[in-house]
Amino acid sequence: MEEQASNIQVLPPDKAKIRKLWKIAAILGIVTAIEFVIAFTIAPGAFKIALFVGLTIVKAFYIVSEFMHLGHEEKSLIWAILLPLVLVLWLIIALLAQGDAIFMLKY
Amino acid sequence: MSASTAAVGQEEKNIWMGGTSPMKVSYGKLMMWFFLLSDALTFSALLAAYGTIRFSNPAFAGDRSLYTFSQDYWPIPERVFEAVPFLHGVSLPLVFVGIMTFILIMSSVTMVLAVEAGQRMDKAAVIKWMLWTLLGGIAFLSCQAWEWGHFIVGTEEGSTLADGTKVFGANLAINQYGPPAFADFFFFITGFHGFHVFSGVMLNFLIFYWAVVGKLERVGHYEMVEKVGLYWHFVDLVWVFVFTFFYLV
Repeated sequence: MEEQASNIQVLPPDKAKIRKLWKIAAILGIVTAIEFVIAFTIAPGAFKIALFVGLTIVKAFYIVSEFMHLGHEEKSLIWAILLPLVLVLWLIIALLAQGDAIFMLKY
Repeated sequence: MSASTAAVGQEEKNIWMGGTSPMKVSYGKLMMWFFLLSDALTFSALLAAYGTIRFSNPAFAGDRSLYTFSQDYWPIPERVFEAVPFLHGVSLPLVFVGIMTFILIMSSVTMVLAVEAGQRMDKAAVIKWMLWTLLGGIAFLSCQAWEWGHFIVGTEEGSTLADGTKVFGANLAINQYGPPAFADFFFFITGFHGFHVFSGVMLNFLIFYWAVVGKLERVGHYEMVEKVGLYWHFVDLVWVFVFTFFYLV
């Protein structure tokens, strides 16, 4: 194995790929900046929360799909990761409804 | 261990004994994905629990300019997190946590650049980008230490309980910002995430060290950078959700 080290070929940087990575970094930065603007300009309410959730999902999509490379993996792997998270959606909806019900009981 | 890894690299056909690797990823990467999935479920449970407790407590309903901390309703996060180091007494809502978000996203970017360098067998570039990633992780942890310190010590004004006693800062039993559960969730969720960042920094350091001493080059590939990279991006991903659901909403 020591011999292998001597004939290692270092390839030149993949310019197009690196440019794409920085572009995604810029998108993440801009989306975070937009979230800041929304935090101080839009009145609190369901619309504001929906915007925050939407923008968070946009950021999550870019991180998982590009940085973690999941978007370029086999379809079976993509679904193996995404489908179990559908159960989480159900959990969140159920628990928020539960929290609301507790509130109604208490107040 | 390096011998067996190198053997797998030479005889791709024997991967996973069936001649082809399931889902066309290596064993290590697939298991990292499944670990991250289980970790995602844990964090979801924590955030969903936060939502439940928040929904079961009253929200502040009055004029926002008259807002004060009280045990009677859930605090507005941007009124709690408005301090920035060296700018004492200046109200800068969410600015510091925004800086932390930016630091973590940037360290995620340097991590993918390390992965890209590893795929080209470029040892020098892997070392450079891993070093930046390490710095980002350490910077984030330092910010979080300050954030915790400020949260625990509290503001000079503190807040007054119904019986007239003054409360400053926060612990697990009582806090000046609102119901005890608010501080409990703050410590638990950001603490659990912070511990992930800490573990990530440790793993990143290990990979950095292996790259420096040439171990990864001798093995013949930099896949360890990709595997630890997956973990590091996941830590960033969790922070994106914590940022939204703990600080923004």
